[in-house]
Amino acid sequence: MMQRRIAALSSLRLFMVLQTRCHCERSEATRVGMRAIDRPRLLRSARNDMGRCWRLTSVTVLAGVVMLLAAAFPQPAAADTVFLSTQLRPIEEAQKMRDVILKDYQGHVTYVVEQPAQLPVRVQAEMQGGTHTISAIGALHGELEPLVTLQALTPLDTLAAKLTDRGIPAALMALGKLGTSQQMYIPWMQATYFMVANKQALPYLPKGADLNALTYAQLADWAAAIHAKTGRRLLGFPAGPQGLMHRFVEGFLYPSYTGGLVTTFRSPAAEDMWTQFAALWKDVNPDSTRYGFMQEPLLSGDVWIAFDHVARLLDALRQKPDDFVAFPAPAGPKGRGYMPVLAGLAIAKDAPDPSGAASLIDYLTQPAAQLATEKAVGFFPVVNVAPPADLDPGTKLAAAAIAATQSAKDALPALLPVGLGTHGGEFDKVMLDTLQLIVLRHEKPQAALAREAPILQKILDEAKAPCWAPDPPSTGACQVK
Amino acid sequence: MRRGAATPYLLIAPATALLCVLFLVPLVQTIALAFRANGTISLDNFASMTGDINFNDAVVNTVEVIVLSVPLQLALALGMAMMLQHLKRGRDIVIWIWSIPLGISDLAAGLVWLAILTDHGYLNTVLYHLGIIDGPRSWLTYETPLALLIAIVVEETWRATAIVLVILAAGVQLVPKEYAEAADVFGASPWQRFTRVMLPLLRPSIQSALILRTVLAFEMFATVVALGGQNFPVLMSETFNAQYFQQNYGVAAAYAVLIMAASLAATLVFLRLLRTPPEQLP
Repeated sequence: MMQRRIAALSSLRLFMVLQTRCHCERSEATRVGMRAIDRPRLLRSARNDMGRCWRLTSVTVLAGVVMLLAAAFPQPAAADTVFLSTQLRPIEEAQKMRDVILKDYQGHVTYVVEQPAQLPVRVQAEMQGGTHTISAIGALHGELEPLVTLQALTPLDTLAAKLTDRGIPAALMALGKLGTSQQMYIPWMQATYFMVANKQALPYLPKGADLNALTYAQLADWAAAIHAKTGRRLLGFPAGPQGLMHRFVEGFLYPSYTGGLVTTFRSPAAEDMWTQFAALWKDVNPDSTRYGFMQEPLLSGDVWIAFDHVARLLDALRQKPDDFVAFPAPAGPKGRGYMPVLAGLAIAKDAPDPSGAASLIDYLTQPAAQLATEKAVGFFPVVNVAPPADLDPGTKLAAAAIAATQSAKDALPALLPVGLGTHGGEFDKVMLDTLQLIVLRHEKPQAALAREAPILQKILDEAKAPCWAPDPPSTGACQVK
Repeated sequence: MRRGAATPYLLIAPATALLCVLFLVPLVQTIALAFRANGTISLDNFASMTGDINFNDAVVNTVEVIVLSVPLQLALALGMAMMLQHLKRGRDIVIWIWSIPLGISDLAAGLVWLAILTDHGYLNTVLYHLGIIDGPRSWLTYETPLALLIAIVVEETWRATAIVLVILAAGVQLVPKEYAEAADVFGASPWQRFTRVMLPLLRPSIQSALILRTVLAFEMFATVVALGGQNFPVLMSETFNAQYFQQNYGVAAAYAVLIMAASLAATLVFLRLLRTPPEQLP
């Protein structure tokens, strides 16, 4: 790569030298032309000179541009294992991955990140182009699933057998099969969503309510009591452009009230749910439609109770662990719906360095690397390991809330939408549009659901996506009832 | 053809080729994308676009901001250009200061105004110290659509008046002083001089400024997103959402075609309405 840069630099220098020479020739020709008698002939010769100069320059420029481009898009050295991830994308997190989590890894890894939506596009492009650079892939369960359809992953049964000593729960390993008979990915790290409350809100908690067994009705009473006593609406949701409100609707609200998502989308239970949620919204901070990461309004005091993804709450818990409590999302009539977030590690088919990728997966699932991940980026281990003694109190709060969510008696896990491929964004939009129509524009739930249900069905039909938990399995595309 | 005759064409060839590759080809592709769905030519993308719950709001909001802010910008810039005319010294410094917003990126401008108007922003701090409000007030939520609209119009005016001013100030400089002096001789009042002499002579500049501002206003995005987010959908933000969040490239292309058609229509209207007969050119 160094050589390539030097080549580019030297071609640049050549170009500059030529430019100077051309410039000299040009000014000399003009000077001669000024005092000569036969001006047309001299001017013609000057023009010819300039033509030659122009051709020479353009060839050099072209060569320079090609070399600069080659230097600007470096190919990793042959010894590097390319690890492409849709997780830990922000600069700080990616840097922690490179400098902290991968610090003790023996091989050479090039850690590159990619937007989730671009992952299948990139993998497919490599398959079609025949040039394979990616060896290891790290992504969420739902993001790896389309890669199985593309036949872009190598089965990892041998590796999985080797890693049995890690103590990854069987349920998580089973998810890694992605509906096939072979292991397609190895679980990597996990997270979920939960709620955080400022301790100032606790005195207003309804009598008899237990934070770890809260219901949506109690949450509504709680927020209403705070509104009535303080005059402020201090319950907040991440419903802004960068927020994850759609996950709340898909993985928490719907499963808790209806026991499903797609099949029960316009059920009477869903109508009741929306009516109650619209009523609860009267006590929700109206700035919620601007919030992206709830840790910010929690820290500023604009919100006392908030729901969000652990990664978007952790800063608040870490900065002021004594000011906040963390607890599972509420339960509805059908249980405590929650969305576990599971990221996995896979190996690309025809990977240039499959053995490097396998040893990387081995490394990342070791207890030490799992704990380093937890400490550095707030994703929680999938392996059986005790939390380290020096874990900061904020992360401990988060870990306890996640454990309480998973071990709740009425826990009802709801998967991230699976099988939607590139239609994921449109699916999320249906949920957000429904919320907007009913909660913000005060439309009747029945009318709004009747409007959105055909759009939802069309998306599922086009993606040919079968139902996912907690909806009962279907043979064809999932059907809105 | 003689070599000499080909030179100009050779010289403009790279720019032309670049425009074709980077502008015309994507344009044709975008139009093709907008009018295709499921492999056939259809209007499905446009139907999805107009059927979207935010479409009407996006159209209304975009038009509202244009109708309110562009005339305001024009009036302010005209006033500022007239004042500049009377400055004996320091004209350049004043132009420089007035065009500072021009040098700030759209998003930065949006964030500046967000810092002013947010719950804990400067506006609320001032109002609180003056005793007008007793705590943080929200100005930019879905519950305060009027305040949000005013904020965006004010912000757009602040940001974009400078470009209109620069165009008009250049136009004013081209108007010969003799016209004003002649009007003076015939006893015209300052207002008459402005409306009867200056405005008609400034027509070509006003036309350019209006076309530029209106076309850019159809494309407003970062400032509105910074201030309004999803509370204030505009055509461009819906295009962005369709492209990046919903990954519905056909619908995004349909929005792009709509914005282009609206911009072209506005340009045509200004070209016709503000046409200057050749004999009236200064």
